[in-house]
Amino acid sequence: MHELSIATHIVAVAQEEATARGVEVEAVHLRLGALSGVVVDSLLFGFEIASQGTPLEGTRLLIEEVPLTIYCPTCEAEVELAGIQSLRCPRCGELSGEIRRGKELEIVALEVKD
Amino acid sequence: MTKTPRILEVRANVLKDNDLLARSLRERFAQSRTLVLNLVSSPGSGKTTLLRQTLLELSPRYRVAALVGDLATDNDARRLAESGAPVRQIETKTLCHLEARMIEEHLEGWDLRQIDLLFIENVGNLVCPSSWDLGEDLRVALFSTTEGEDKPLKYPTLINTADIALITKIDLAEAVEFDHEAMYRNLREIRPGIEILEVSGKRGTGMAAWLERLEGALKAKRSQH
Repeated sequence: MHELSIATHIVAVAQEEATARGVEVEAVHLRLGALSGVVVDSLLFGFEIASQGTPLEGTRLLIEEVPLTIYCPTCEAEVELAGIQSLRCPRCGELSGEIRRGKELEIVALEVKD
Repeated sequence: MTKTPRILEVRANVLKDNDLLARSLRERFAQSRTLVLNLVSSPGSGKTTLLRQTLLELSPRYRVAALVGDLATDNDARRLAESGAPVRQIETKTLCHLEARMIEEHLEGWDLRQIDLLFIENVGNLVCPSSWDLGEDLRVALFSTTEGEDKPLKYPTLINTADIALITKIDLAEAVEFDHEAMYRNLREIRPGIEILEVSGKRGTGMAAWLERLEGALKAKRSQH
C-alpha cells in the first residue's frame, strides 16, 4: 500500500505551501488522475494517519478524480474514457497513446483559516 | 449563514521531491553515460533469474552493476553477485517500492563513470512502483507466461509507464497454454505500440534480442552525450 507514503508527501507539501504563505490549513484539495495508481479510500485513510501529530491533523482531504482523457487523431478531439484498461477511442475505435489528462497527483488548492 | 472558506490556489505536484531528485540522478547518469534500467514486476516473475543471466552475459564486454530492492533479506543480491558484477541490496523494510532517494543513497561510493549499465530491480509489486521515477532511461515491465494473459488489464497503471514489456518464462508458454495474441493485444490496448520481447532467462531463449536491445540503447545514449 503506497497510499500511505503518498499521503505523507501530501501532508509535507501542503504544510510547506501553507508555511510559505503564513496560513493555517483547514482542507487540502487534491486532483487525482485515474492513471495515478492511487486508491481513493486508501489515500483518505493514509492521510488521516500521516497527518497525525502534524499541523494538518484534523484537516480534510478533498479529492477531485480526473478521468483518463486521450486525444484521438481520427476524431481530432479529446475523448474521455470510462476505464483505464484500454486507450481506444469509444467513438471511432482507434487506439491512441496521446494521454491528455488522467495522470494528475497534485495539490490544487488549500482551504485556510481567516 | 456559514462563512465561505477562503481558498488559496496552489499548484504542487505531490511527488515533486522525488521527481526533482530523479531529475538530478538522470543528469548524473547522463554525465557518466550510464544506461539505467528499472525492472518492475510482480513477485516470482523471474526478474532475478533474468537479471543474473543478463549480468553474466554482458559482463565480459561491459561494466555492469545492479541495485536490488526487496522488503527484507539480501538473498537476491547474493544470487546476483554470483555473476561477479557489483550488486547492492536495498532493503525497504515496509515500503512496497523504491524511491529516488534510496537510489541516491545506495550509489554512494560507486564511480558511475565505471558503470556502463546499471540495473535497478524494483520491489516485486505491480502497483506501487509506477508513481516513482528513479531517473532511469528505460522502465521494463516483466510478465511471466505463468501469470496469465490478463495480468496487464489488472495493472494498467504500471504498463502505462513502461517502455518495454518483457514476457518471461517463455519456455513454459506451451505447458501453460499461454495465449501470445491475447497478451500482445492486452498490452497494446493500454500502451499502444509498446515494445514487447519474449525471453527465458533459464533456457536462454530470446536473450540475444534482449541483449541487443540493451546494447542499442547504450549506444544511443553514448552518442547523445
